[in-house]
Amino acid sequence: MIRQGAIKYGLVVLLVAMVLVFSYLQPAFGSMRNSFIILQSVSIVAILALGVTATLAVDGFDLSIGATAALAMMTSSYVLVVLDGGTLAAVVAALGVGVLVGLLNGFLTVQMRIPDLLATLGVMFLLLGLQLIPTEGRSIAAGMILGDGGSAPGRFSAAFLALGRTRLFGVVPVPVVIMLVLALITWLFLERSRFGRLFYAIGGNRSAAWLAGANVSAYRYGAYVISGVYASIGGILLAARMGRGDVSSGNSLLMDAVAAALVGFAVLGAARPNALGAVVGALFVGVLLNGLTMLNAPYYTQDFIKGAVLVVALMFTFGLAKRT
Amino acid sequence: MELQDTTKAFGPHQVLKGVNLRLPAGQVTALMGANGAGKSTLVKVLCGVHRADAGNLLLDGRPVVFQDPRQANAAGIVTVHQQINDNVVLSLTVAENLLLDRLSDGRLGGLLGRKRLAEQAGPLAEAVGLNVPMDTQVAALGQAERQLLAIARALAHQPRLLILDEPTSTLSDAEAERLFVLVERLRARGTGVLYISHRLSDIRRLADRVVALRDGVIVLEQETPDLPRAVQAMLGHGLGEASHEYRRGGRERFRLQQARLVAGAPPFYLSLREGEITVATGLLSSGGMGLLQAIYGLAPLAAGTMYKGGKPWRPRSPAEAIAGGVFMVQEDRARAGIIPGFSLRHNLSLPFLSHLSRLGMIDRRREAERGKHSLDQAGVVYRSDRQPMSALSGGNQQKLMLARWLQQPCELLLLAEPFQGVDIGARRDIARLLRRTADERATLVVCTDLEEALELADRLLVFNHHRLVGDHRGEQLNMEQVLQQIAALPEHIDEELR
Repeated sequence: MIRQGAIKYGLVVLLVAMVLVFSYLQPAFGSMRNSFIILQSVSIVAILALGVTATLAVDGFDLSIGATAALAMMTSSYVLVVLDGGTLAAVVAALGVGVLVGLLNGFLTVQMRIPDLLATLGVMFLLLGLQLIPTEGRSIAAGMILGDGGSAPGRFSAAFLALGRTRLFGVVPVPVVIMLVLALITWLFLERSRFGRLFYAIGGNRSAAWLAGANVSAYRYGAYVISGVYASIGGILLAARMGRGDVSSGNSLLMDAVAAALVGFAVLGAARPNALGAVVGALFVGVLLNGLTMLNAPYYTQDFIKGAVLVVALMFTFGLAKRT
Repeated sequence: MELQDTTKAFGPHQVLKGVNLRLPAGQVTALMGANGAGKSTLVKVLCGVHRADAGNLLLDGRPVVFQDPRQANAAGIVTVHQQINDNVVLSLTVAENLLLDRLSDGRLGGLLGRKRLAEQAGPLAEAVGLNVPMDTQVAALGQAERQLLAIARALAHQPRLLILDEPTSTLSDAEAERLFVLVERLRARGTGVLYISHRLSDIRRLADRVVALRDGVIVLEQETPDLPRAVQAMLGHGLGEASHEYRRGGRERFRLQQARLVAGAPPFYLSLREGEITVATGLLSSGGMGLLQAIYGLAPLAAGTMYKGGKPWRPRSPAEAIAGGVFMVQEDRARAGIIPGFSLRHNLSLPFLSHLSRLGMIDRRREAERGKHSLDQAGVVYRSDRQPMSALSGGNQQKLMLARWLQQPCELLLLAEPFQGVDIGARRDIARLLRRTADERATLVVCTDLEEALELADRLLVFNHHRLVGDHRGEQLNMEQVLQQIAALPEHIDEELR
């Protein structure tokens, strides 16, 4: 009984306990303002984690999400600044990049039969390199000097920047709203729709799902397209928040998002990739890091803490569950 | 070597029910048994992978107990397993494979010169007539050479008893002949051989003695092989208990014309009618399963045309087959049927989610209601339909797999070995359920076990070497003839069909 309780509620209890302890030690932690700072800081990671969750559900694994987000960020910045395009063009171009990357990953894993981890690792390197080529390795900002000596004609439009910086009703940051909406859609899709059910069926036993009539290839493609699109949404929000296309800012996204998705396995004893878990997982890491920072923990301990959280959560999921 | 009253159970499932088996030196003992008879468990007990629950293992008349395969090896009992690639390491060279056992126990020391390896391995390869360079990667070898390599490795232990599990299943005739010559040489040297195979031609060629295993018991031991009788013993013959009312089919639902399961076989015609349960039997991989796979869109026929309701039928995937009203209950439900993380309810509804959904969203109340109804109809015993599949016994799991495909009406229901890992009570239930629902569709079943086949069949087809060699009505069954057709040797089949 205790073990089952620990498996099911362990992580949620830990999250609540953490919030209580931090609020007690540092009253500013529990303020409305800080709560939204935490939410805002985890929203992009959570969106990427939702995308990985879709690929994990079909027993795939998208390692290219960080690079896809970075490429989407550079693409939207490039459209706005270098091509002097509008907000809509920038967003559509970035989303298009996400779709294309998803199709590429699907092609490599389904058609070429490359193991998911290897295929998406390859694509990750490919994209990290690709995003440097159009700007000759430089970051994109308004007024930057182009290769032909002239300066870039465009700038980040107010509407585009609003995506990352405005607060709904003056309180809730737009990225948080987008994250919550995507979380709800993903949850409905995975838990309540027949497509999601087939995602999990394929992840659980691919050949049995195929023999029961599931179009396995199409669903695996679909999972990577979802993941690519979510990553590019993350990239757009990142560009809007920073107001520039920074060549190195996608770096930590991959590991944070993967960690969040994997921590999510342990939420409410799901023992499988799930949308709620991915968000709670991202939140868990965000709360821990924010709280420790407010308590003056040095920044360089952050990666170690994230790693420790991931390992403990995986123990909850696999180590404890296996023996029941 | 001898086994006395050996039993072995896995959970509630009694696999070996008191096996007595004598394996004399210098003789080839052939072991025959249908799917699930307990052959592989028997082998694993002999070679130390499993320990028997009860019974004695005698070596030269003295009882021995093996804790693990290594001890069995040391006592001279060496096994070449069915999957050739389990016996060799593909990424290593021939020499490294031959010396693997010595490498892992450290007898060769830590530093290995290529030359020294070749010197050590050379004689081992020579002993089995394996003539390939010692530094060839095993991945570059053909199946026969890998098989010889595996045997060479086995012989390096200087076995007193060599167990060969289906050694020719992936070999061509010429390759198999090389193996036979080797086995004969071993026999002449006084090695005992336990030869497990369903290939009658192998057994006729090699066996000094034949034993048949059925349902965990040795049912026949022959000092001079008589193959038709051995086949009968292995497949069972209990007509009496399985008799039922035989029904004649109504309207034709499905037809095959000029069909060939393999190139070069004579073509056959087959009409499947509603209300009638047609069972295809024959030895393992004799063609029945190939027929089901062709109909379900998993592999094309070698030649011929299929018609469903008068229209040509050529599905390219299970999804297309299902959409056209052809459903299939798979053999080996753990691998090909069950989604392990899913509850009973979700496993049940899997193929028909679109019927339960609106705008893509599953109507969960309807799913639950229909699921419970189906489970009750099929007589599945369960506590909650939210339980995982592992909570059910084998028989109940199989009932659920059948219930899955009875949820929607179909033109043709295919079943592959529906009684695999199912106890006798559940078997009766499943047969009754199939018969009760048979009216609105055609039903085609593949059963290797004759007794199981007869329990279901209104009509019995016999396949042998991918040829349809017999088509019998249930009420006018001539068992003698059926057994002959099952056991006929390949060289005689085509003559008789002409």
